[in-house]
Amino acid sequence: MYKSMALLLGLLLLLAACSSAPETAPGPQPLGPGGPGGIGSASAAPGSQQDLDASAGDRVFFAFDRSDISPEARQTLSRQADWLRRYPNVTVTIEGHCDERGTREYNLALGERRAQAVKNVLVALGIPAGRISTISYGKERPAVVGSTEDAYAQNRRAVTVVN
Amino acid sequence: MNRRRGVAAGAVAAVFMILLSASASLHAELRIDITSGKIEPMPIALPPFPGGAANESQAGRDIAGVVSADLERSGLFRPLDPRSFIQNISATDTQPRFPDWRQINAQALVTGSVKTQGDGRLRVEFRLWDVFAEQQLTGFGYTTTPQNWRRIAHIIADEIYKRITGEEGYFDTRIVYVSEAGPPDKRIKRLAIMDQDGANNRVLTDGRALVLTPRFSPTAQEITYLSYGSGSPRVYLFNIDTGQQEVVGDFPGMTFAPRFSPDGNRVVLSRAQNGVSNLFALDLRTRRATRLTDSQAIDTSPCFSPDGSKITFNSDRGGSQQLYVMSADGGEARRISFGSGKYGTPVWSPRGDLIAFTKIDGGSFYIGVMRPDGSGERLLTRDFLIEGPTWAPNGRVLMYYRQSPSDARGHGGSTRLYSIDLTGSNQREVITPQDASDPAWSPLLR
Repeated sequence: MYKSMALLLGLLLLLAACSSAPETAPGPQPLGPGGPGGIGSASAAPGSQQDLDASAGDRVFFAFDRSDISPEARQTLSRQADWLRRYPNVTVTIEGHCDERGTREYNLALGERRAQAVKNVLVALGIPAGRISTISYGKERPAVVGSTEDAYAQNRRAVTVVN
Repeated sequence: MNRRRGVAAGAVAAVFMILLSASASLHAELRIDITSGKIEPMPIALPPFPGGAANESQAGRDIAGVVSADLERSGLFRPLDPRSFIQNISATDTQPRFPDWRQINAQALVTGSVKTQGDGRLRVEFRLWDVFAEQQLTGFGYTTTPQNWRRIAHIIADEIYKRITGEEGYFDTRIVYVSEAGPPDKRIKRLAIMDQDGANNRVLTDGRALVLTPRFSPTAQEITYLSYGSGSPRVYLFNIDTGQQEVVGDFPGMTFAPRFSPDGNRVVLSRAQNGVSNLFALDLRTRRATRLTDSQAIDTSPCFSPDGSKITFNSDRGGSQQLYVMSADGGEARRISFGSGKYGTPVWSPRGDLIAFTKIDGGSFYIGVMRPDGSGERLLTRDFLIEGPTWAPNGRVLMYYRQSPSDARGHGGSTRLYSIDLTGSNQREVITPQDASDPAWSPLLR
């Protein structure tokens, strides 16, 4: 009986998730060994950036002009929080970035807002705020060059950098 | 920091000698109305200023050349080809043979002279003539060190512009901007400064630290700007003469978007805390910081009105990026932008009558102006990515930067400065040695 209850609950949750169509972008799948479910690098030193990339993924993505944390982002950040708990001496800096389709100063502020949004999630997941600093690069440091929607989606990001 | 009134590098002592002609003219006044949209440029003749010695003649050619280039670039004047000149102005007090100048259809004529004084300084005189009225309109003499001849040329160009248009000129000014190089994802940015005609271009920082958005002090030889030099982004002051840099204020966290107040005593800036960006003013004399906004939003890109009583700024407190105006002491802010799309980078004209801005709508960027109450919105130009207007001190010309799209291989993405008249015409590239962005126009140097 509980099994079918769980199934029903799961179905209901699934329906709920689908009906409230997220305004946030699904986010591109990061390529290579850094992505979630990707091939982890067996030689990454514990507590290193590579280790974080392999275990959790180092970045989350945002919709245009938004700083909402998407469900996918939340999953990545949940893994990051797990990883941070495993290495309590590691501190990180969350870098907030924007695509080029906004004005420079507003983008500096938006990048900061995105970085703070990520920090808030990690803190809510139990990571002490003192371990997390934030920095915004606005639109100054694109990850991917090109004036295309695909590049823009990859540039609207917050990256967790091991200090 | 010494808050004395700065003396611009290369001071020019103006010896005012207004040489008036004897008879009043009944002729229609030689005048350009620069607000009337499409203008037929006024044909003007600028023969080289004669001088006795070889270095004086060279200076005379150089000065006339710079004056000519300034006037041509304004879009209001058409300097005539010197090869078409009939009269040869060879001596310092040659009276114009007006029929010779009428014959080549010059409406205005500029004559001048260059002399070296006993103390080694250069003495430059010029006269502006109405060719058809056969009348001198204005004339001045100036003294300065020989190396400073460009300032004299720009001051002369401003006098001519003023006499013909009735408006203050803008040629004796400088531009501070960010010089850019490298691929789009590894851009090297440096503060740079140049005369408004592109001469005397020099780089002020070494490119190791990311630098953005420099602005001139209205009263001192100083720039305020954003630098990542200490690791995190902070507002700094940069002394143009000494190269010294100092952090503005003692804020934890990011400060950005700085501008001076019109009296030069304060810097208004954005300060980010917990993801929220609010406006603060820092008094440079007392070092006291005053909070100006307290929203849970992004408040940024503040700019004082020229009388110092108000601040216009960019905020998304209403849900989208819009323009607001509030008292310079903070308090209630009134939204002034209401068109479709988003608005940013508001800058108040030195005349007080308009606010220029960047607008983003339907995937395009625009440079536009509106009155400080939000009425009369007018878009001047549109492009893939243009942003960050700055006003010439006469409130008649805007400069901004334009970035072209780049492809997936990192080609393209060139970023250059452009100027445009308030009427929307005379759009031209401002030539810089490398790519350039974030221009800011100085006040008149005098």
